[in-house]
Amino acid sequence: MRTILFIVQKEFKQIFRDKNMLKLIFILPILQLLILSNAATFDVKNINITFVDNDQSAESRALINSFKASSYFNLTAPLFSEKQAIEEMQKGKTDIIVNVPINFSRDLIKEQQTSISVTINAIDAATAGIENVYVAQIVNAFGRNIITKSNYFSTNKEVPENILVIPSFWYNNTLNYKTFMVPGILVLLVTMLTLFLSSMNIVKEKELGTLEQINVTPIKKHQFIIGKLFPFWILGLIVLTVGLLISKIVFNVPMLGSITLIYLFTSVYLLLVLGIGLFISNHTDTQQQAMFIAWFFMVIFILMSGLFTPIESMPEWAQRVTLINPIRYFVEVMRMVMLKGSSFVDIVPQFIIISLYAFVMNGLAVWSYKKSN
Amino acid sequence: MSIIVHNISKSYKAVKAIDAVSFNVEEGELFGLIGPDGAGKTTIFRILTTLLIANEGNASVSGFDVAKDFKSIRNSVGYMPGKFSLYQDLTVEENLTFFATIFGTTIDANYDLIKDIYVQIEPFKNRRAGALSGGMKQKLALCCALIHAPRVLFLDEPTTGVDPISRKEFWEMLKRLQQKGITILVSTPYMDETSLCDRIALIQNGKILKIDSPENIIKNYEKIIYDVSTRNTHSLIHDLKNYASHYSVYAFGEYIHYIDKNSDFDSTNLRKYLEDKNHTEIEIKKANITIEDVFMDL
Repeated sequence: MRTILFIVQKEFKQIFRDKNMLKLIFILPILQLLILSNAATFDVKNINITFVDNDQSAESRALINSFKASSYFNLTAPLFSEKQAIEEMQKGKTDIIVNVPINFSRDLIKEQQTSISVTINAIDAATAGIENVYVAQIVNAFGRNIITKSNYFSTNKEVPENILVIPSFWYNNTLNYKTFMVPGILVLLVTMLTLFLSSMNIVKEKELGTLEQINVTPIKKHQFIIGKLFPFWILGLIVLTVGLLISKIVFNVPMLGSITLIYLFTSVYLLLVLGIGLFISNHTDTQQQAMFIAWFFMVIFILMSGLFTPIESMPEWAQRVTLINPIRYFVEVMRMVMLKGSSFVDIVPQFIIISLYAFVMNGLAVWSYKKSN
Repeated sequence: MSIIVHNISKSYKAVKAIDAVSFNVEEGELFGLIGPDGAGKTTIFRILTTLLIANEGNASVSGFDVAKDFKSIRNSVGYMPGKFSLYQDLTVEENLTFFATIFGTTIDANYDLIKDIYVQIEPFKNRRAGALSGGMKQKLALCCALIHAPRVLFLDEPTTGVDPISRKEFWEMLKRLQQKGITILVSTPYMDETSLCDRIALIQNGKILKIDSPENIIKNYEKIIYDVSTRNTHSLIHDLKNYASHYSVYAFGEYIHYIDKNSDFDSTNLRKYLEDKNHTEIEIKKANITIEDVFMDL
């Protein structure tokens, strides 16, 4: 026990002596949280939209005006030919072209139906999909308006039923993406920091040759490993604390569940991350190799965590792959506890998986750590 | 016997690092492993300090088998690797305290043993190890290897990259440690240091070529070596190599060392030959044999 404490003490001394490391540990995550949370938005705003109004009627102008009223669209100068509009899109000056046909107004009033053509720049498929929904919503609202108006004038008393959908968004009723993103990004930061630091830690001793000196001492495997990793466990919890404070103070993310529960889950989760780090450390010879491998896993873990793309929309095999992604569970738990106020009973499945996972991973890591070869 | 090595072999994939090496080191002996880089010295050290497991053969240190009793060995030996391997970002004192603690002892408990060496680095005890000079680093590493009062000390090329004065000091320290009853196994590529060892093993390409005391090795060398020098050293080597009865020719300091095949070699014939080759200021005399000469001939 005395030996472990002494190694921990030595580790902390070394961490605090490395001024660059300190910056890396504390300033970078804070910056990332502040920048990413503000930038990584799923909202699509400032969409440039171009109208080719071939009709020039009161109705077509009303349609254009309803787009003008929306804060999502920027109307560009109206053009008079489809060809010109396509050129604009080629140049990247517009995202959407709406072509109003010549007999738009007449058909709308006479036939009660007409069509407009909408061309969307789909270089970014996700954005294009969202833009499509926005356009459809505005056009539909415009259509309902016209129907109501025309019914008012028509002799036909048969009023078509209008189904109005009024969604109610639970757990995040203003659909504030920051509320949604901040817990997720916080998870990434905690994971990245602890994984990178721990995977580079023991390999650094290998690289410098100090491990050789340590290995000839009677120090026991478990003493050395615990002594080396414990400081990073503490650092992980400190980063979590700083992150939670920022999400409360800067982003005002609600904290409905118990904060103790988050710490409890994180403390087990960190054991898993440290185990992975140690495993990487054991199987590499230089910090550079360790860094590459840690990055490789990190990128897969991040992209398949459900943070940026919903897991439900992944193909079947990919969904199965996410089952071994620790970040996935942590993101779930963070969102559940912070936004939904879930209690321990609700996160039992995730808790059990992570505990088992941590146990297996650390077992493997300790087993593969050898003092001689 | 303090160290017994019996038929040890170790290969790294296709490369045979050491091949059936055997030697014994007696209690309290200062034993030197002498050989060029890549001869297999470090591999022997790593096997004896339990860092590496040999493919064949067995070895024991202080009566403990390196494979079975590795835990006891780790408690009773001190090892100073060839590469400086203390924590550069910890101070001199912190390094020493750290190693004392993981051996379950304190600096005070064994201060007597390291006192002579430690007083020399004590003025810098609050300096980080990385900021020490080469000689100071070696002294610190030696202190750390001694802090738990080991019975056997392994020093892998302790004087490589150290200035001549510090090297001399370092060997004096080893002599003093030996007087305290510590068995020392030391390796070095410097032939001039070998005379300070009780016995040496000459090692090359993973094989031990000769084991004896430095004096005996020199005494038992039967060939006669001549120091030859002329004004034009470069063509001298060339011409000597073309001399019919030459055995070996190599540069040695300011002279060329020449050995003849015939035991009844007469230097006047050689002088004449060199004069014919237009050499001037010819000097030929018998040389003092050194370990290096013996090594060159093996």
